[in-house]
Formats: sequence, structure tokens, C-alpha cells
Amino acid sequence: MFSKFKLGLIAFLTVGLLAACTTESPTSNGDDETDASGDDGEVHIGLAVSTQNNPFFVTLREGAEDKAEELGVEITVVDAQDDAATQLSSIEDLVQQDVDVLVVNPTDSEAVITAVETANEADIPVVTVDRSADGGEVVAHIASDNVAGGEMAGDFIAEQLGGEGNVVELEGIPGSSAARERGEGFHNSVDAQDGINVVAQQPADFDRAEGLTVMENIIQSGEEFDAVFAHNDEMALGAVRALESAGMDDVIVVGFDATDDAVEAVEAGEMDATIAQQPIVIGEQGIETALSIAEGESVEDFIPVDLELVTQ
Amino acid sequence: MRGQSLGQVMQKLGPVLGLLAIVIVLSIMSPQFLSLDNLLTMLRQVTIIALLAFGMTFVILTGGIDLSVGSTLALAGALTAGMMASGLDPILAVLLGVLAGAVMGAFNGVVIAKGKVAPFIATLATMTIFRGLTLVYTDGRPVTGFTDSQAFDLIGRGYLFGIPIPVIIMFVIFFILLLILKKTVFGRHVYAIGGNEEASILSGIKVNRVKIGVYSLTGALAALAGIILTSRLGSASPNAGFTYELDAIAAVVLGGTSLAGGRGWIFGTLIGALIIGVLNNGLNLLGVSSNYQQIVKGAVILLAVLLDRQKSS
Repeated sequence: MFSKFKLGLIAFLTVGLLAACTTESPTSNGDDETDASGDDGEVHIGLAVSTQNNPFFVTLREGAEDKAEELGVEITVVDAQDDAATQLSSIEDLVQQDVDVLVVNPTDSEAVITAVETANEADIPVVTVDRSADGGEVVAHIASDNVAGGEMAGDFIAEQLGGEGNVVELEGIPGSSAARERGEGFHNSVDAQDGINVVAQQPADFDRAEGLTVMENIIQSGEEFDAVFAHNDEMALGAVRALESAGMDDVIVVGFDATDDAVEAVEAGEMDATIAQQPIVIGEQGIETALSIAEGESVEDFIPVDLELVTQ
Repeated sequence: MRGQSLGQVMQKLGPVLGLLAIVIVLSIMSPQFLSLDNLLTMLRQVTIIALLAFGMTFVILTGGIDLSVGSTLALAGALTAGMMASGLDPILAVLLGVLAGAVMGAFNGVVIAKGKVAPFIATLATMTIFRGLTLVYTDGRPVTGFTDSQAFDLIGRGYLFGIPIPVIIMFVIFFILLLILKKTVFGRHVYAIGGNEEASILSGIKVNRVKIGVYSLTGALAALAGIILTSRLGSASPNAGFTYELDAIAAVVLGGTSLAGGRGWIFGTLIGALIIGVLNNGLNLLGVSSNYQQIVKGAVILLAVLLDRQKSS
């Protein structure tokens, strides 16, 4: 049995231990001795992409890598495989490597905050591309004007339907800024038009297989509709497969991103339109902006990249 | 450790030597690798997989497998975040979250022990059930907006004397589990069941009770991992922990525990988890493309198992 003295001692030690807890990283306070490795004259940029399982982000990475080579900048790319924890780990690894600027394409706008803060603590400036971060200090955000793109898609569908018809919306990963903004733009357009009704609205997580399944389910539900707007091409292409097997070839399908597959599908008449984001330009712009920051120039905090409507 | 043959000693030394070899190669190739800061970062990254793998070790020792740990992690993380978001005290929410994980694990255990369902099938089913429940509970969206509690922040992001708190939690749990396996009746029964279940039943071991206990423990540890992850990220994602069960199983196997059950040790699992963590961290430091990283990881696992076969044959 514990004596009162021992119990007291344990309590004292426990309280002491708890009081010693802190959320402050022990190495966060500007000890810049490791900076020597970064001072070899060459700028080193870390690029953290959300996934390489989606052609859009592959193109974005290629744009960034080509630009880095052109500008003579060293670049290290890490891939989160769509997992927020993996992204955090790999960004920590980039911070350990003491990159000069970090370019992040978040998997999730909220969950990336810890990673951005980790870079902030190490005094590494952060640029976000495509998806934004909901917290931490970000010097610049580079992305397509997704709201404008969503409006473009809505306007195109309304025009094709002659201002009258039912539309299905396949949404992206819930909570991602791309899904929010594209949806917002789309609704800005169609909600303002009395003849156009959004009859079904379901997330398919930016994924082709998921797009196929969700579309099949909507078709099964017996809902009548004339057009589909998907927050990205992968889902749109999934939806096209579902519509084809149901013999509903006349439904208008509009995607977003203008990936190679989607542009081909538009040319072949399987899809009606896609909104061209320019992932190459986003990647290039990411590296150019990061280099400007490394060289001490000031940059705009939001750098929009133009979109265009791709039709047959 | 008396009376071990050379082969057995080698079997135990193998994972340690493997880890050392990888560490030596990486520290030569990357100057940052051996810095204290990087090692602590790497240890913190390992915590999640290690906690899952510790539980998995118990399960595999009984001759079972638990594919549901990744989903348990997600559901417990989301429940804990949700409870806090609705105003529950963070410490109470964490305890209830761990309890929820234990209940999910106990469900696995009951289905496997009483229902006589093969562990692979039972936990394959609960893997999708728990993931589905997570999606239903979160409505497919990350649970956020509960981060004002400092006590909760400490779990994933805190430091004690410069050491990340998740790392401290990992080592404390490791020593507790080590004691349970080595010094308790329960621990001996875990080995006995995996060695020969029939004989265990005949010798009066309450096999069902031990199995349910083992799966509950694994569930609770997965929940703890989920809570640490939620605190780390400040957000509970419905697809958190996706395919983590595979990393956990890989860590156990890398550590030299036999998938047939009855033979293995938890220290090996710690080493196995470290090998996975060191590889992830080191390959990132070296700037190896993530596509190649997956191939390297797979090859290392294959190599380890092949070497293991050679030694034990």
C-alpha cells in the first residue's frame, strides 16, 4: 500500500509533468544553424501534391518540374496519396530538408493547417496551389477561379437546355475548396434561372469509379434529368459510362479540368463540355511564385489562373 | 532467454540488423537524417502505425488478423471530435473514444470467438461497416472546429521535455504491453492459443474470453491512434486510416512475428514499425519519387519475409 507521503510525491510529480507539457516545438525558435545547407546559392523548392492517382495533379507536377528545370531551381516532390496524415509527414520531411519555399497542394483545406504551421515555425514560406489552406500563414494562393468556372458550366448547361430542364450535380470531396467553389459558381448560375432545377446533388469524391456508381444509383432512382454537371472530369467520365449503359446518350454532361481523357471524350461527342483549368500553368505559376519569394520579391496573395470552356 | 538455438537468436536479431542497415545507408546518403529533430519527427510519424501494429501483434499471436483497425481509427477519431464539438469535456471525450474503440474490437472478438467466423472475413466485414458508420456519422465531411481545448491539442502536438507527447504515449503503451505479454497469465494464454488452440481449450484456457480481450485491446489502441491523429491534424477525416491495416500487418511481419500465430514478440513489431517509418522518412529526405517509394517498401517487406522463411526452415 502506498503511504500518504508516496501518494503525495506521485501527485506532485504528475502535476509537475503535466505542467511541463507544451505545444511549442523545442526547435521552433529560430535556430538557423541548419541554414548552411540551404546557402549553396541554389534555391530548393519542396512541392507536396495531394495525389498522383489523378491525371490533373500529374500534369500540375509536370508543369512545376519543367518550370523548375527551366529556371534552374532544385525541386523535391512528395505525394500524399490523398491522405492528410501522409501529407503532414511528408511536409515535415521537406521541412527537415530545409527547403527554401514550400509549395503545397492540400489534400484537405482544414487538415493541412498543422502542416502549414510546421513550415511556419521553421520560417519556411508556404504557397498553396489549387486547393487553399484554412489556416496557418500562406504567402500566396494560386488557383483557377473556380467560382467563375462553375458559373461557366451552369451558363453552358442552361444555354444547351434552352433555359428549361433538370440537372444532376456530382460533387467533389466534401469540404474541399474546389468542390465548394465550383458548386457555388454553378448554383450562382442555375439558381438564378427559374427553368433550371437541380434534382439530385451527391458527392462522388472526384473519383471516376465513384462517379460511375453514384450516377448508376441516380439513374436507378428513376429521377428524370437532362444534364449532369460534375465537379471534375473523372466523375464526369464515370457518369458517361453509367449513362451509356442505361442508353441515355442524349443527356448533356459537363465536367471540369479538361484532362486529356475528357477532351478526347468531348471531341468524340461523349461529353459536351469541360472547363479547362490549366494545371500546367498552375504548376508553373507555383514555381515562379516560389522563386520570387525566395528572391525576396513581394507577390500577390491570390493569383488566379484563367479558365476556358472546351466544347466540340 | 535461455536455451535458444543460434537460429532463434538470428531470427530475433534479424529485424534489428535490418533497421540498423537501413539507418546506416540513409545517414550516409542524407545529412539531415540523423539530426535529433528529424529522428523525433520520424518517431512521431511512426506512432500511429506502431499503435495499430502493437494491437495487431496480439491478434496475430492468437493466429488471427484484424483488417478493421484503419476503420476503427477513423470512427473513434470522428466520434471523439464530434463529442468535443458538441461541448463534451475533452478528457471525457478521449476516454469515451477509446472505450468506443474497445467496444468495436469486442464486437470483432465476439463474432470471431462465439460466431466461429474466420478472423479475416469477420474483420473484412467490420472494416466496411465501421468505415460506413464513419461516413454516416460525419456525413462524409471532415469534423473540425473543436480545437480550442489545449489539453486535447497536447495529445498530438505537445512536447514534454522536448519529446513529442505521441512518442511518449507510444513508448509507455509499448512497455505496458510488453509486461502484459511476458508477465501475465493473459499474455501466456495469447501465445498458447496461437500455438495450439485445441490444446489450449483442453488445458482449460478460456479461449473465447482471451480472444475477445485481444480484439478489444486492438480496438482500443486503434481508437487511441485515431485520437492522436485527430489532435495532430486538428480535423477528423472520414477517410483517415485508409489501408493503414496493411502497414500495421507489415510492421508485425517485418518484426518477425509469424502469421501462423504462437510465435513472435512485440519488440520486433516496434522495430518493424520503425523500419516502415524510417523508410518513409528517409526516402522523402532523399527525394525519391513516391511511386518508387511504394515499390521499395513492398520489396523490403518481401525480402524480410523471404529471409525469415530461410531461417525458420
